[in-house]
Amino acid sequence: MIATVVIGAGQAGLAASHFLTARSIDHVVLERGEVANSWRHERWNSLRLLTPSWQTRLPGLRYDGTDPDGYMTAPEVTEFIERFAKVCGAPVRTGVHVTSVRRDGDGYLVRTAEGDLRSRTVVVATGACSRPAVPAFAAGVPAPVVMITPFQYRDPGQVPDGGVLIAGASATGVQLAAELARAGRRVMLAVGEHVRLPRAYRGRDVLWWMAESGVWDQRYDEVDDLDRARRLPSPQLSGTGETLDLNALTALGVELTGRWAAVRDGHALFSGGLRNVCALADLKMERLLDTFDEWAGGGSGERFEPTRVPAAPRLRLDLTSGEIRTVIWATGFRPSYDWLDVPVVDAKGRLDHDGGVVASPGMYALGLPVLRRRKSTFIYGIEDDAREVIDHLAGYLDSVPR
Amino acid sequence: MTDNGVNVAALLEAREALKGAPEAAQFTWRASSTWQNGVHSTVSVKNYFGLGEEHEHKTESVFQADHPEVFAADDNGITPIEYLLVGLASCLSAGVASVAQNRGIQLRSVESVVEGKHDIRGILGADSDVRNGFSDIKVTFTIDADASRQEIEALVAQSQKRSAVFDALTNPTDVVVEVA
Repeated sequence: MIATVVIGAGQAGLAASHFLTARSIDHVVLERGEVANSWRHERWNSLRLLTPSWQTRLPGLRYDGTDPDGYMTAPEVTEFIERFAKVCGAPVRTGVHVTSVRRDGDGYLVRTAEGDLRSRTVVVATGACSRPAVPAFAAGVPAPVVMITPFQYRDPGQVPDGGVLIAGASATGVQLAAELARAGRRVMLAVGEHVRLPRAYRGRDVLWWMAESGVWDQRYDEVDDLDRARRLPSPQLSGTGETLDLNALTALGVELTGRWAAVRDGHALFSGGLRNVCALADLKMERLLDTFDEWAGGGSGERFEPTRVPAAPRLRLDLTSGEIRTVIWATGFRPSYDWLDVPVVDAKGRLDHDGGVVASPGMYALGLPVLRRRKSTFIYGIEDDAREVIDHLAGYLDSVPR
Repeated sequence: MTDNGVNVAALLEAREALKGAPEAAQFTWRASSTWQNGVHSTVSVKNYFGLGEEHEHKTESVFQADHPEVFAADDNGITPIEYLLVGLASCLSAGVASVAQNRGIQLRSVESVVEGKHDIRGILGADSDVRNGFSDIKVTFTIDADASRQEIEALVAQSQKRSAVFDALTNPTDVVVEVA
């Protein structure tokens, strides 16, 4: 029996391996595909990291390229994570698909297509974005309209000619809207609750402010409403150095509508609440910039124009009219635990854990939103989480007699 | 101590309790209507269901709904669509008071004016491109409170975010109408 099986060889699983090795805990990292698999296969071509390269680091490994203020492409992130796997000598077994994990005596039975493994502990590092979330009313979208998810999207050339309706205005939705509008497409963007951020503030990247002012180090047990913090949509940012808020998209000719609420008789129905979700995002951004100024001990920087909302946002759209040929569901991602045969997943499909300590002895998780800190899902955020979770795991191994 | 007369502690307690008991959170609101004459109806509201059982309001409320004289009616009460404005204004005001209480903001006065633009060619069947309902609704709040303008704007935004009537008016609802 092995001490620990880590499931997933992305930044989270490999960071776990780094700290397990440091403690001489025997383990194996199982990976369904290749190291950094989702960075290789589940990203569109132009995607770049939201964090500047100087901020992109893993335990013992820093960016050493020529453009620290730039943002890495997905192949560069893949290469960075691969390098990390080599440097820390992670015992990765690639191409091993875990089909089930269940409790077995005082440990776990990990079933894979390549055979079974028994372990005393398990670290779930399969990521927060295993599958795109698509609302149930997608089933009512009439047939001539092509529907794709961000996992399928690669570049504008692949999207059928004609108009595109993008549902969701978080990081993914705003980036795809900008890319398609620049490619000459007519783009409509359905906007629900969102997080607006400028790319830069007072001459620094906004993520420098988030990190330096301590916002991102806020711990999960200090957050007022942890449920809400964990559900927070990703900020409207892009790894290009430009601000990509709704005003920028309006300037590119993107038409904004309210949240896509339903499909009825071949018509998309949009919420009439667009003005308020924009007001909420503007107010929240203002408050955040105020906290940056307070932290900086004085002065204040630029303030940004309130979101320009169309005078009469469209409330319905005939999906059979041919105006829209393609729908892109940028409505978020969910983890997938259908292989987990341990009763630790709630009715909404969320893992029951306290700061990465899963509600089953010897089971741990890494790489989920606000797992232990607000920065948990950012690459540089995994180090502190992995150290603490593996500390707990080591304590567990010591406390339970073999 | 902030006192807007809202028992926020009870509301927060209920939120926590209902997280684990979604069945208890299922409410049914009811109104019963009796046609009088012409376009005049009387609607009463007394009972509702919630927290797993039937409840009664302290008193039954009775509303007269009619149409104005410019509609060639008797104007025995306000127009049905005006009741939507009554609902929206009161719901948003309740939200402002609750959010203010929770944020420690003392209110001195909260006034609002709700205007619903309505092109009646829709209901008259005079132009099939015009919808029956409101073309748009505008709510203007005037609030006097111990708070900055930004904090007051945030109160109003948050009250919309948590408003039942704002949601019911801005998002589609499946409505079933049948003959008993």
